[in-house]
Amino acid sequence: MIDCVENRLLTSRRGLLLGGASFAAWAYLPKFARAAADGRDPRLVVVILRGALDGLATVAPVGDPDYAGLHGSIALTADGAHPAPMLDSFFALHPSMPEFARMYRAQHAAVIHAVATPYRDRSHFDGQDVLESGYAGPGRVQSGWLNRALEALPRGERVSSGLAVGPTTPLVLRGNAPTVGWAPVALPQADDDTAMRLVELYRHRDPALASALSQGLQLEKAASGDDMKPKPGNAVAQMRQVARGAAKLMAADDGPRIAALAFDGWDTHANEGGSVGRLAFLLGGLDSALAEFESGLGDRWRDTVIVVATEFGRTARINGTDGTDHGTATVALLAGGAVKGGRVISDWPGLKPANLFEARDLKPTTDLRSVIKGVLQGQFGLSDQVLAQTVFPDSAAARPMKGLVA
Amino acid sequence: MARDSQAALVALNRFGFGARGGASGDLINAASDPRGFVKAELARPLGALLEAPGLQSTPQLGQAAFAYQDQVKQAREVAKAAAPTEAPAPQPPADPKPDNTLRRNLSLNTVMTEIAGQMTEAKPAADNKAADSAMKPDSMQPNAAPAAAKPSPQPLNVIQKTFRAEALARLQRAMMADCGFTERLVVFWSNHFCISASKGELARMWAGAFEREAIRPHVLGRFTDMLKAVEQHPAMLFFLDNQQSLGPDSRAGQNRKRGLNENLAREIMELHTLGVGGGYTQEDVTSLARIITGWTFAGRQGQLGAPGSFVFNANAHQPGPQRLLGKTYEATGLAQGEAALADIAHHPSTANFIATKFVRHFVADDPPQAVVARLRDVFIKTDGDLKALATALVDSNEAWKAPLTKMRSPYDFLVASGRLLARVPEDPGGYLGNLNLLGQPLWTPAGPNGFPDTSAAWAAPEGMKLRLDIASQMGARLGPNIDPLDLLEFAAADAASIETRRTIERAESRQQALALLLMSPELQRR
Repeated sequence: MIDCVENRLLTSRRGLLLGGASFAAWAYLPKFARAAADGRDPRLVVVILRGALDGLATVAPVGDPDYAGLHGSIALTADGAHPAPMLDSFFALHPSMPEFARMYRAQHAAVIHAVATPYRDRSHFDGQDVLESGYAGPGRVQSGWLNRALEALPRGERVSSGLAVGPTTPLVLRGNAPTVGWAPVALPQADDDTAMRLVELYRHRDPALASALSQGLQLEKAASGDDMKPKPGNAVAQMRQVARGAAKLMAADDGPRIAALAFDGWDTHANEGGSVGRLAFLLGGLDSALAEFESGLGDRWRDTVIVVATEFGRTARINGTDGTDHGTATVALLAGGAVKGGRVISDWPGLKPANLFEARDLKPTTDLRSVIKGVLQGQFGLSDQVLAQTVFPDSAAARPMKGLVA
Repeated sequence: MARDSQAALVALNRFGFGARGGASGDLINAASDPRGFVKAELARPLGALLEAPGLQSTPQLGQAAFAYQDQVKQAREVAKAAAPTEAPAPQPPADPKPDNTLRRNLSLNTVMTEIAGQMTEAKPAADNKAADSAMKPDSMQPNAAPAAAKPSPQPLNVIQKTFRAEALARLQRAMMADCGFTERLVVFWSNHFCISASKGELARMWAGAFEREAIRPHVLGRFTDMLKAVEQHPAMLFFLDNQQSLGPDSRAGQNRKRGLNENLAREIMELHTLGVGGGYTQEDVTSLARIITGWTFAGRQGQLGAPGSFVFNANAHQPGPQRLLGKTYEATGLAQGEAALADIAHHPSTANFIATKFVRHFVADDPPQAVVARLRDVFIKTDGDLKALATALVDSNEAWKAPLTKMRSPYDFLVASGRLLARVPEDPGGYLGNLNLLGQPLWTPAGPNGFPDTSAAWAAPEGMKLRLDIASQMGARLGPNIDPLDLLEFAAADAASIETRRTIERAESRQQALALLLMSPELQRR
């Protein structure tokens, strides 16, 4: 690094920044059996949404008679000012995801609903540990399921060593298999959600700091315009930015084939918003990130699967602050040219009080590990045994879901 | 003995650099005997000294800097001699058209180049070691980037290398101290008698050595010794231009038709000792300036002594007796100035100025007058014994009762964060970069009055926003590997407010939890 006192490091506040998003990839070009057999060169991207995504707001069961009452002021509708497009006769997609809707119609995107990891205790930290480690329970594990899947793959050439190290590798990709990271960062800015929480803490404990920080945040906003428009540094711009960079890297002939990224900010306890508002804004960002992968990967898109997963869902009933609290089951999304899409796959549990998990959350009917195992098997041909013992230890009961990959 | 977490917070944060995480037990030790915990460091008078492999003395560093400057000058002359015949640089060939019969995707290097062209790339500003280094040795290695993707940085010159080595030694010491009170004292005195590394190459070269040689040996010693060491240190003489100051009637002054430079003399009285309104006049400033003419350092030729060492140049010294603060100082050469400094060090205004600044730094922007008065008396009675001064502060009940209203400076904040995360840096780059961003570049204050010492300066809107950005980045990099609630125990235990605890418990990720913990009032205030 240049000696920054000598050369004042001019960090453009308006530069390309990366906050709650990072990208890491496997350091090797795999030699897949399929590549030789049918000319495919599969790519897999895992997108972790930290904070617990409201699956009922993302893919809404508008055909369930109890949905509108439970989700109240933020429930989606198939008509009105911001109609949610119907994915089938029962489920509607959030209106801020037109790209995903288009992929779905082209049968390159699918939804799995009422999924959950084996974790049931509603703590973000432990929930993310379980989601990423692939173990049945929380515990400080130092490796993730994606890394252990990589270890089972044949190693090819090392990918070009030109990737700068990004801020961190998500746990899902940490472990023995070597990885590289990349981040388009100067000084990543804190996301709005973290800032809001801190201002709130200061309001209670330290009014002087509350006022200083609020002013600092306002200056920032004034300098960069409307908050709900993608701008360098805001959550949407960051998601798009990371996706664009990652897609470019993965499209290269000697680029990584398997990657993981994480997007933050999904913990919508208050003012979640319905068809417009905070969650809508974030989902728009996720949607544009998927589109960036599609365009950036070019003709490699047809060999690609993107898995979007979150640690758990949220309460079926909205709380007193027009948001939702920590829940259990939610959605997983698949996108990519290799996805057998155009389907919402769900053993729908229903939203009657008796059908809810602990009388409050969407009940899990599908094990998220089955979904991921299905994708790993479809893309890379990993055996049932490796998946049940190494990748997701003690998971034989969660059988790989068949037919997710074309 | 009962555990008192609130007092532990005062011990660690007001007096020290904050609790270390991991297995340090700092908070528990501080809670079981808060005053003893702080005072333990004062019992080790040599504990403030800093020696590390490769850190050199001021003359050695001066000689290295002179040699480097000579090399640069020579290289420039060679280039100038060769310049006129230089051919224009060849243009890079235009990109060949892609051959559609053999269509391939771009290579990764090409992509990296493109991306690098669009994006600002900088080293992560937090501690440079990837959070994942705990993993396998070859994981997440920052491999050599292709030249196209990242222009390979210029190799560091000897001045930059020295600055970084000095910075690293200081940071590592701060990370490893138990309480950090002594290190806080070093930072206080170093800022009181500050120089600025931006003054020029020599200042940058000497910034760390100045603190090691003039400040550290005396932080638990006598003020008068520190004053003399500081004002005779080449770094200070260079910073405040005294090597250019000539007695108008001295031989050199007569020959060169040049004279006094009052810069150092003024700052000695205004900033280092008596303080503004401390009872000196412009005439006193001029007088002191005359008295210290000839205080300089030997240059590259070494005519006066070893290059880069303090020397008294009698040829530049104003001859004759001088009157200063109502007293006449006979013409005794170097001893004339040393006698003047000793008297100024014992002046009641100095005691008052130092006591006020000391209490303001440690206790409150508006310092409790009873404590100031007590410390002033101690300073006078003990003949400027700085260990006695520090002890008196720790012994004053007000220093333990006053609410934690002081804002941590950027340096305090970054060091405290590093300690809590139990990360001893191996490269100072991250710290240096963040200090620049937060407006406290290491050893580089904007003026000779040093960095500000009030909360208003550090709790400014833009500063808070940047602090949050940096905390978020640390959270992103290190959060996945820590349990934020464990860290809260290490940092504050039951002295943490319920709101802070809840905020951390409810964070949406470990990353966010860590950022919020680092920004919590418990970690921002001291």
